[in-house]
Amino acid sequence: MAKIHVTTTLNGVETEFLARPEQTLLAVLRDELHLTGTKEGCGSGDCGACSVEVDGRVTCSCLMLAAEAEGRSITTIEGVAQGGELHPVQRHFLEEAALQCGFCTPGFIVAAKNLLERNSNPTEEQIRFWLAGNLCRCTGYDKIVRAVQAAAAEMRGES
Amino acid sequence: MNFASPRTIDEAVRLLAGVSGAGHVLAGGTDLVVQMTAGLRSPELVVDIKHIPELTGIREDADGFHLGAAVCGAALSEHAALKATWPGVVEAVDLIGSMQVQSRATPVGNLCNASPAADSLPALIAAGAEVSIIGPEGPRRVPVAEIPAGPGRTTLRKGEVITTIHLPPRPPRAADAYLRFIPRTEMDIAVVGSGVNLALGPDGRIAAARVALGAVAPTARLVPEAGAALVGTALDDTALDAATAAVRAACQPIDDKRGTAEYRTRVAGVIFRRAAAAALARARARSL
Ligand code: FES
Ligand code: FES
Repeated sequence: MAKIHVTTTLNGVETEFLARPEQTLLAVLRDELHLTGTKEGCGSGDCGACSVEVDGRVTCSCLMLAAEAEGRSITTIEGVAQGGELHPVQRHFLEEAALQCGFCTPGFIVAAKNLLERNSNPTEEQIRFWLAGNLCRCTGYDKIVRAVQAAAAEMRGES
Repeated sequence: MNFASPRTIDEAVRLLAGVSGAGHVLAGGTDLVVQMTAGLRSPELVVDIKHIPELTGIREDADGFHLGAAVCGAALSEHAALKATWPGVVEAVDLIGSMQVQSRATPVGNLCNASPAADSLPALIAAGAEVSIIGPEGPRRVPVAEIPAGPGRTTLRKGEVITTIHLPPRPPRAADAYLRFIPRTEMDIAVVGSGVNLALGPDGRIAAARVALGAVAPTARLVPEAGAALVGTALDDTALDAATAAVRAACQPIDDKRGTAEYRTRVAGVIFRRAAAAALARARARSL
């Protein structure tokens, strides 16, 4: 089959690309569109490094065919900061040192931002459940949870 | 491989029936895309059903709830009325994977992937759920339990597409529960799973009971003898012991890294009892 022509809204901008039918969204983001912030850890839906938002839901881009992006609205880590201004989740990941090698970080930030848009005041348990699909082999998770809590407090106007 | 995203069920059926090699429905893709990436499946045609309007919603009417085949797990958890009426079905689906997986994975996909350990299946079987199917020879409707034929195999015929899961109308004083055993707290595959669906009579005794098991046989299965042992009782120890014996007798598990056959058989009884207690507590709360 010829390549498929896909039109999607990517980080707020209407974007067109060509994809092979079996190509995943992750492969197109990284290899064709050169948005390499989205990482591939496992390619099987286990690690969450490839997390993106599709129509407001956080999804593994390795589990989605690029052709499925037709007509959808997609946000990657590159779309999280606004005009050079870091999102509070990004800033608090830096301030709380919630990363070491950084490979898992884009996925965590995309997933955590999605959580805070749905629930402005999650408990620690809710944060840990929401982020259970994101694996980190460096930090031990505690600093990540604290960064999300600090970002939530700031976004609620409490700090 | 070819990719299609039809707008109607008839078009999806026509495409799948017409392909010479393997055709595959794509809903959430959380099994299919992984299998394709790993080279375990190379379909000639993949048909995305998410643009077919009838398959994308949850409906409630006098015949119960109707879940479209393209509805993802997260949408079930967000549906307050469904969750209140079928808490066991919703909690079983919710156990499948992470949030990232919940935003894609569908109960119908879980059914068609036909893993012996699929979490949604014991709950759907206990609920008495049925599926509507449309194929080249027309529509048919069958109980969920008749779809899996063995690990990774179904009884669906070429070109057939499951369109809807039907959950029957709920009597008052009824509730369900699903529990599974895994050696950690999240993100794992069931060693044993059990779905229990109970309806209480006006006297508070059990008027109807359905018990189903997962991960202890090639397919998830109903255990009618266990349900029968509970009917007419107040879920006392004698009734539970009889039902537990029926549950263990229905187990035909394998030995694997998740547990030995002997272990699974033993744990199946324990998980069943806990699920029954949870369903009873919910049924009583619903009758207040
Ligand atoms: S790369 Fe997608 S979940 Fe790991
Ligand atoms: S910071 Fe290295 S994997 Fe998370």
